[in-house]
Amino acid sequence: MSDGIIRLKFDILPNDMSAAGEASSGVKKVLNQLGVEPQKIKKAAIAMYEAEINAVIHGGGGIAEVVIDKEYIEVKIRDEGPGIADIELAMQEGYSTASDEIREMGFGAGMGLPNMKRYSDKLVIESEVGKGTTVTIVVNL
Amino acid sequence: MKVSEVVNLLEAEVLTGEESLDMEVSAACGSDLMSDVMAYVKENVLLLTGLVSPQVVRTAEMMDIKVIAFVRGKNLPQSIIDLAKEKGIAVLRTKHPMFISCGKLYSAGMTGRGVWD
Repeated sequence: MSDGIIRLKFDILPNDMSAAGEASSGVKKVLNQLGVEPQKIKKAAIAMYEAEINAVIHGGGGIAEVVIDKEYIEVKIRDEGPGIADIELAMQEGYSTASDEIREMGFGAGMGLPNMKRYSDKLVIESEVGKGTTVTIVVNL
Repeated sequence: MKVSEVVNLLEAEVLTGEESLDMEVSAACGSDLMSDVMAYVKENVLLLTGLVSPQVVRTAEMMDIKVIAFVRGKNLPQSIIDLAKEKGIAVLRTKHPMFISCGKLYSAGMTGRGVWD
């Protein structure tokens, strides 16, 4: 891996499930090119993908900012959606507010946030009702 | 078990990824819930699903899953096949339903190892 810090930015489009995952796919590609250990790439890719899906289905789209340093990768996904009223509740496996349409796509099982937690080394969720949500995922490399 | 054997057992069509037929898969996961696949699958496995969505391919991409078998003879839009091709993921389609597909593979020695343990 080179010494330079890599910064990437992606727009996440609202309600476009066919494009959802493009940003995570892009980051996975870069991590592969950098020669990062596959298990760590997988952790970062899954956590980011879940967050990206959430931004698409709940957040009305958003922005993903990614910093790749020698020691870690940090993914920050920001949306201006409805926010999360009760984060503790939202973190519970099985809890979901997703629509039937989203469930038909194979999501909305209430595993998104728990999966982000499972695969990240650090997860910070900042949310304000009516303002939006920012999810920060850190995976140590 | 080679992917080609999976194709035979499931009497499946190969929609893309002929070059993967010689690849070995030792375990499989059958699920229509992509978040569950992401929660539990650990090793590179064969994914069986009845869900038709580009997110199946995306999930496989994130999980390093190289082969997807769509069950119940689902009609797949070309866009999904194209996306899988672009990601280097093989796509199979079988007329058998999920339970029968899993049963055929399990009887032939395929396990869930790497999924639940």
